[in-house]
Formats: sequence, C-alpha cells, structure tokens
Amino acid sequence: MRLHEKDNTVANELAADTRQHMLQRMLDIRYCEERIQELFLENVIRGTTHLCIGQEGVSVGMAAVIDAPRGDTVTCTYRGHGHALALGMTLKSMMAEMMGKEAGCCKGKGGSMHLTNMDIGLIGTFAIVGAGVPVTNGAALTAQIKKTGAVSISIFGDGTPNIGAWHEAVNLAAVWKLPAVFLCENNLYGEYSSYASTAPVPNVIDRAPAYGIPGVIVDGQDAEAVKATVQEAVDRAREGHGPTLIEAKTYRYKGHSRTDTAPYRPAGELDQWLARDPINILSDRMKQAGQLTDTQFQQMHTAAQDAVQEATTWALEQPYPSVESVYDDIWVN
Amino acid sequence: MAIITYREAVKRALDEEMARDENVIFFGEDVGVAGGVFKVTPGLYEKYGGIRVRDTPISENAIIGAGIGAAVTGLRPVVELMFADFAAVTLDQIINQAAKFRYMSGGQLKVPLTIRAAQGGGAGFASQHSQCVETWFMHAPGLKVVVPSNPADVLGLLKTAIRDDNPVVFLEHKNQYAEKGEVPDGEHIIPFGVANIVREGKDVTIIATQKMVAVAMSAAEELAKEGISCEVIDPRTLVPLDIETITTSVKKTGRLVTVEEAPHAGGWGAEVVTRITDNAIWSLEAPVVRVTLEGALIPFSQPLEDYVIPNKGRVVTAIHRMLDI
Repeated sequence: MRLHEKDNTVANELAADTRQHMLQRMLDIRYCEERIQELFLENVIRGTTHLCIGQEGVSVGMAAVIDAPRGDTVTCTYRGHGHALALGMTLKSMMAEMMGKEAGCCKGKGGSMHLTNMDIGLIGTFAIVGAGVPVTNGAALTAQIKKTGAVSISIFGDGTPNIGAWHEAVNLAAVWKLPAVFLCENNLYGEYSSYASTAPVPNVIDRAPAYGIPGVIVDGQDAEAVKATVQEAVDRAREGHGPTLIEAKTYRYKGHSRTDTAPYRPAGELDQWLARDPINILSDRMKQAGQLTDTQFQQMHTAAQDAVQEATTWALEQPYPSVESVYDDIWVN
Repeated sequence: MAIITYREAVKRALDEEMARDENVIFFGEDVGVAGGVFKVTPGLYEKYGGIRVRDTPISENAIIGAGIGAAVTGLRPVVELMFADFAAVTLDQIINQAAKFRYMSGGQLKVPLTIRAAQGGGAGFASQHSQCVETWFMHAPGLKVVVPSNPADVLGLLKTAIRDDNPVVFLEHKNQYAEKGEVPDGEHIIPFGVANIVREGKDVTIIATQKMVAVAMSAAEELAKEGISCEVIDPRTLVPLDIETITTSVKKTGRLVTVEEAPHAGGWGAEVVTRITDNAIWSLEAPVVRVTLEGALIPFSQPLEDYVIPNKGRVVTAIHRMLDI
C-alpha cells in the first residue's frame, strides 16, 4: 500500500497558454452554471439541476489530462456540467440539452443529469450514485485488451464510496490492474448530509488501502495541482500499474440541487471556501507570474459571459425535438 | 446433424463467436478456470486465454458495469450472472444503465452486451435460486429477452445475441442443461422475434417457453388421444415477441393457453393475452387461460416444488375446463 498526500503547491509552472485555457474554461463553467440556475428559476430549464460552482478546478484539471482521440474516457456524476464543458462540450450543445432542445448533445433525451459526448470521451454523467464507476472499468478493460494505452477516469462525489457498486468496481479494477483512475470530488456533502456524518473515516482515500491501491489527496481548488495529480495517476495507469484513488478536496457554493440553499451548512463555512476560489487561485498565480493583467482577466470574464449569453440565445431559438423522436434510439436497428 | 446437450450448445455458441470475432470476451464468476458452476464453459479459458476469458470477484454490479463499459467502447462482452436471481443485485446496471444508454445519449452509444444467466426451478434450490425472471427485463425497454428451450435454439439464438448491437438478457433454464437435442451442422443462426411452431393443431393454441414447452407437448399428446388438437408455440424470444405467429394461430384455433413457470401477476403470458385481445378478440371462442406457478414462490421441499411448477395434468385440466369438458 502506498499512501501519500501531495504537496498542494505546484512545483512545475504550467505554460501560460495552458493556464490561460484552464482559466477561461473555469470562467465559462462558472457563468454557464449561474445562467443555468437563472433559467431554471425562470422555468426555462425544467426538472432539476446540480451545479458545480466552486468545483471548476477539478473539472479543468482533470480535463487537461484527458486525451479523447487516444480513447481516454470519463464517467462522472449528475453534477457534471463542468466536467462536460471542461472536456470540450460546446456551450451551445450544453444549453440546448438543458432546455430539452433537438440540438442538445443528447437530442433533448438526456437533460441536465444525462450528458454524453463520445467525441470528447464523455461516456456519461450518471444520475444514479455509483453507477458510473463500474462502467469506467469496462472502458478501461477495452483499453487493456486492445492495448490502446487509453485510460478511463471515473469522477464521483464523497457520498459514492458509501454505495456497494463503488466497492465492487474499485476492487475489480485493482484485481485486474485496469487503467482506471477514481477521482473523488469531496465537496463535504452528500445531498444534504455532511461527509463526516455519513463516513467512518476522515478522508475518502482512507479506503484505498482496503484495495491495495494508492490514495492521494489534492487541493481541488487548485486546478494545476489537480492536473498534476491526475497526470501522475494516468501515467501510472497507462504503464499498467492499475488504478489510483484521488480525493480532491473541494466545495460546492450552491446547494445540492434545484432551489436548495444549503441551510444545513455551518455559518462561515461558505466564506472560508469562497476565499479559496479556484478561479482566483489560478488567476492570482498567473498575475504574480506576469502572465495575466487585470485588464486581460476582465476581458476573459466578458468573453465567458458573452459566450454563455450567445449560447443561451441560440439554444432558446432552437426547436424542440419532434414528438415522433420518442421512438428513436430505443434500439439499435 | 449432431446431438448435443443444452449446456454444450451454450459453449459451442460462445466458442464459435469468440473464434469469429476477437472483440467477443467472456467473464463472470468462476466461468474461466472452473468452467462455470453449471459446467457450461469448460475449455474456453484454456482455448482463448485469461485476457478474453476472465473470472471475476463475486460482484454483480462490477460484472455488468464492466460489460457495459467494454461494450460502449468497442468490445462485445458476454457476461454470466450464474443464477438469474442474482440479477436483482445489479438491476441498476441492467435496467437503468444498459437498457437506457442508447436512448438517453440520443443514439450516441450502443451496448452490444450479452448477459447470460441460469433461471428456473425444479432442482431444489429454493426461492432465491429458482425463479424465472424474464418479466423483470421485459419491462425495461432497450433490453432484448431470450428464453431458449432446446440445444438448437440455444446455439442459434446465443450467436444472434452476441452479434446484436443491443443489450440482450439470455436466460438459460438450469434444469435443461443436460437435455439433448439435434443441432444443424455448420453455422446456425436464429433471428430474434421468430416463434417456433413446435406442434401444429387446430383447436387450442398453447404458448410455452423453456421447460414448459415439454410440458405443453406432453399435454398436447394426451389431449390428442381425446381428439383435441393443440398447437404448441415457443416464442423463443419475449423481446422482441413474434405476436404475428401467435395471432395467426389463435385466429385459427380460437383458444389460447399460456404455460408459464413464473408467478401469475405480471407474467409474460399477460402480455401475450393483452396483445391477442388487441389483435384477435373476435376470434376467441373461450376465455383465455394462463397456467402459472401455484402459490407465488418456489418452495424448497420437493413435493411442494413439484406442486407449484406447472405440469401436464394442470395444462390438460385447464384445457378441459376451457372446452367445458
């Protein structure tokens, strides 16, 4: 068993353009999520939403490692808008799916909780807790058998290691040494219940020794630290050494879903996390490195807002699917 | 023509398809080195190796999930759940994931996954290892459901299942593994959705699957001695269901009996009956009769188990009542 905590400071400074891309995508995600919430409250988006505001660092750090053309794949949870965008889903495709429009990534059949885009390696954003983890193993199995060198990453929340499928899947991946990475976003809450009240161990990675795999904690608010940690696990997987469990400590600024205002959180907790905002952490670092000016940062904000607005306007104008399409894609003919 | 057992037909189908397509892989609990707890797959591990034929931990969610993930990324996995009852452990993966992937993804994903499992009673395995579970899956659009009754159908249908781009639940009857039957030489493929008219008749249509086909046939033999002519139809696949063949038969006979080794409520026979009332209600000359499990659950004790599973006598009695004899 190897268990170590990563130093949260990033030793290797990433190239300016990589940082620029990660920062822009975090802003895109942030503004997209805020717009989605507005549209939900306006009843333009129906059903439910699970926003990832505050967790953008995990999304872009993870996505920076994924090589979809090589066959890398991702499964994640219903809090998956950020991961999908980080992997390369367009804002238009996302917004149209949110609204149930034909132009959505899943032709309006999926909605907020079911995003798939195989072109970017996204098998799905799974709406049943734990369901994506066993499926990740299968994608990793294909990579192992076909010797493609691809990896499959499963992203899940801190509530998932309390469900049986997670244990079955992590165990199988360890036994078969599958090229898989298990990336937990520990945002401290499983729905409305705190992590501490539902798990008997202080950290999710404390479960890694049970499966004989490495467990690594990373600062989920530091996108570059996430990238470095995921890269290490991916390299390990590609080399045939099996899966790694990563725990990204992060926080969702909003409630679990819909209109949840998270009254169950202790006073002051949100403020503590707002002080460690992933967008600010990266932008501050870039400013200190002379890679970003205040003006440029403002321009990036504006670009994200404009892109989200353009996608929203476009999606609103898109047609709904025809009702005849309800019969499509039940079967492969 | 060769005569092989039902169990050998399973292995032959797997062997032929694994030889034909390197994307076909096979895994499950003790299916490899041990050749399966029902000794259905001995030799495959030795022939195809531990990369393509794998033993898994006792982890049904992990088994089905790995099958799904492998299927959506280019392989054609065949996974075994051992006892079909164990599917209940992993219904989320089968019903919420495998069945819905294509639909929810707007047609992006396909799941060419075959899930094999052994179902059925009569062997003293009691309530949790004896059920016929086909209706669990009939209610999950996106899944195909196959219930072969003889070695030739096992061979032809399992090969079709493996080549199908949809998830297929392939249910073998564990009490038929030793049964022998003729299978054609060479490539033998049976398309889904084509019922088999096992016996032609003109007075009563009997629909039966798996073990119940033989029960229906023995009842038909006995009734023939009384001058009652029964047509016995084995649908072979419940999804898709060849309702046309059944409809044609009922329009001819005017009478319909289903024989189901499963609880009455919500059984596949209920689906057949309602489809027939849609298609041929004015052809019916008598109320439809469904012969199903007595009671509802499979008990352990042999006299009790023998009592609950439909037999020749119950089918004959049902048809006598139907004909007001």
